[in-house]
Amino acid sequence: MASTTTPRTGRGSGRRSGNSRHPGRPRWHTIALLLLPALVLYAVFVLYPIVQSMRYSLFDWNGFGPLDTFIGFDNFARALASGEFRAAVGHVTFLIVASLVVQLPFALGLALLLNSKIKGRALLRTVFFAPYVLSEVVTGVVWRQILRPDGLLDQSLQAVGGESLIQGWLSDPDVVLASLFFIISWKYFGLHMVLMLAGLQGIPKDLTEAASIDGASAWESFRYVTLPLLGPTIRVSAFLSVIGSLQTFDIVWVTTKGGPIGASSTMATFLYDQFRRSLFGYASAVSIIIFILCLVVALFYQRLVLRQDVEGVGAGA
Amino acid sequence: MPESSTTLDQPTTAEPDGWLTPARRRRLLKFLLYAVAIFVGLVIVVPLSFAILGGFRSNQQLVAAPVGLPDPWIVDNYLRLLQTSSFWQQVFNSTLIAVITTAVVLPLSSLAAFAIARFRFRGREPIYGLFTLGLLFPVAVAILPLFVVLRQVGLLSNPLGVALPQAAFGLPVAIIVMRPFFRAIPNELHDAAMIDGCGPWRFYFSVVLPLSRPVLSTIAILSIVGSWNAFLLPLLVLIEPSQHTLPIGVNNISTQFATDYATVLAYTTLSMLPALLFYAVAERQIISGLTSGAVKE
Repeated sequence: MASTTTPRTGRGSGRRSGNSRHPGRPRWHTIALLLLPALVLYAVFVLYPIVQSMRYSLFDWNGFGPLDTFIGFDNFARALASGEFRAAVGHVTFLIVASLVVQLPFALGLALLLNSKIKGRALLRTVFFAPYVLSEVVTGVVWRQILRPDGLLDQSLQAVGGESLIQGWLSDPDVVLASLFFIISWKYFGLHMVLMLAGLQGIPKDLTEAASIDGASAWESFRYVTLPLLGPTIRVSAFLSVIGSLQTFDIVWVTTKGGPIGASSTMATFLYDQFRRSLFGYASAVSIIIFILCLVVALFYQRLVLRQDVEGVGAGA
Repeated sequence: MPESSTTLDQPTTAEPDGWLTPARRRRLLKFLLYAVAIFVGLVIVVPLSFAILGGFRSNQQLVAAPVGLPDPWIVDNYLRLLQTSSFWQQVFNSTLIAVITTAVVLPLSSLAAFAIARFRFRGREPIYGLFTLGLLFPVAVAILPLFVVLRQVGLLSNPLGVALPQAAFGLPVAIIVMRPFFRAIPNELHDAAMIDGCGPWRFYFSVVLPLSRPVLSTIAILSIVGSWNAFLLPLLVLIEPSQHTLPIGVNNISTQFATDYATVLAYTTLSMLPALLFYAVAERQIISGLTSGAVKE
């Protein structure tokens, strides 16, 4: 794996290579040519839209016609004062907290399980990770079928005498968010599991062996040896999870469209609702708010956590 | 799991309290581990097989008895869908867009990552930072201005209107994963190549690319899977039904034929099979790609 072949030397890692003083150092236009295609594509489809969002967010604009009704930060004020948006923020907060408190420890537990001498590890890993490669649309549609009234879950509960447990899984405003969290976890815990598994496999066996020779119990050697060494991986996982939760859209849109009565809305589904109502300025303000929140999380992560962990951030969850 | 393992491996000092001797504890623990593993496995497998088997049922069967094997097996749902031209059109559209996306991401990201990884120049770190910024602004959030941009440049209702932005949004991850890989190529190789009079381009094509096949295929696979599964951007950009991709098709079918459960499940199954087959073939690359970079040392 690439990870094992990349010794990091901290923030000055570039300085160790002697390329700069090399006689064969390429001229600036070579570097420009190497970078330019990516930069152009990136500028047109990523950077320019970010800048445009910031601009639109200051106007009252329906997406057509001239951009001439400048209203300053009114769109932001409106979003922050909107009960619907606040509800969406609340739902996203729930998803973040639940992911950190339930999904990640669960993924860690399974990673530990797959790192033990259990039989069929390879098969289990394949199965556990499989939902990650499915599209969110497929995931949402399948789960909608399972959770519909009198669907697979309800009938299975009936069959084992658990009628009293039956809920309006996706139709009860009090339950729907928990159902969605389950579906999201179903799809994504495999990603966190393989991340942590890779982290576990990077911990030298002699360390835990030494701990157990010194008389540490399995729990102690997990708590005082494995867990600290796994810190960077857990932080990457947590970071991906928070960012992913902040941006949750497809799976919610396909499964519940944010309903019933907005009980499972996220910031991104709220944004899309405004977009469909042609409130482009307002929707842009919401997208900037999401972007700023992600940026804050990223800066916080980079500040608080040693910079060494940041190096790689696998495909967003 | 961790909690339940507190008692594992206790040296013989642990007094054997009743029937729960250390050996029995270990066996009990082992049993619990397998039980958990099998339970989680079932939670994954049951929904998938529910969808696959559901496609082989009639609607009456799905309402009356969604559990167990179909009785009788009904092949009609699948056959009917496989004979519709719109399904194959969507397979083609999804494939085309995935191929274009990947064909754009790979060369662009590898060239840029090569420059960032192997050469020192002013503005290198800011440029790298700029690329990582893209991780914080996913398509779902950027969709609105992106829509306006695509409308301006006339890429609405055009597969390129999906592929190019997807490629652009795929650059950050690709560059982040490739950079350490390219950096790990020994300097001695670089020096030797330079002494032999090999310029940066020759070095890129004759040394870097051949050595980086694993990371390149990883990025290719991630970008194919990502594109294959994409929903929101294609939904907004591809206005003509003839341009729809599979996820749009699944979503449409599931809302249009909301009560025709069997058809919905059959369609869903057909659209997820390629992804699952792909996963079966390329599991290693997918997982190592996702874990490289994110996990250090």
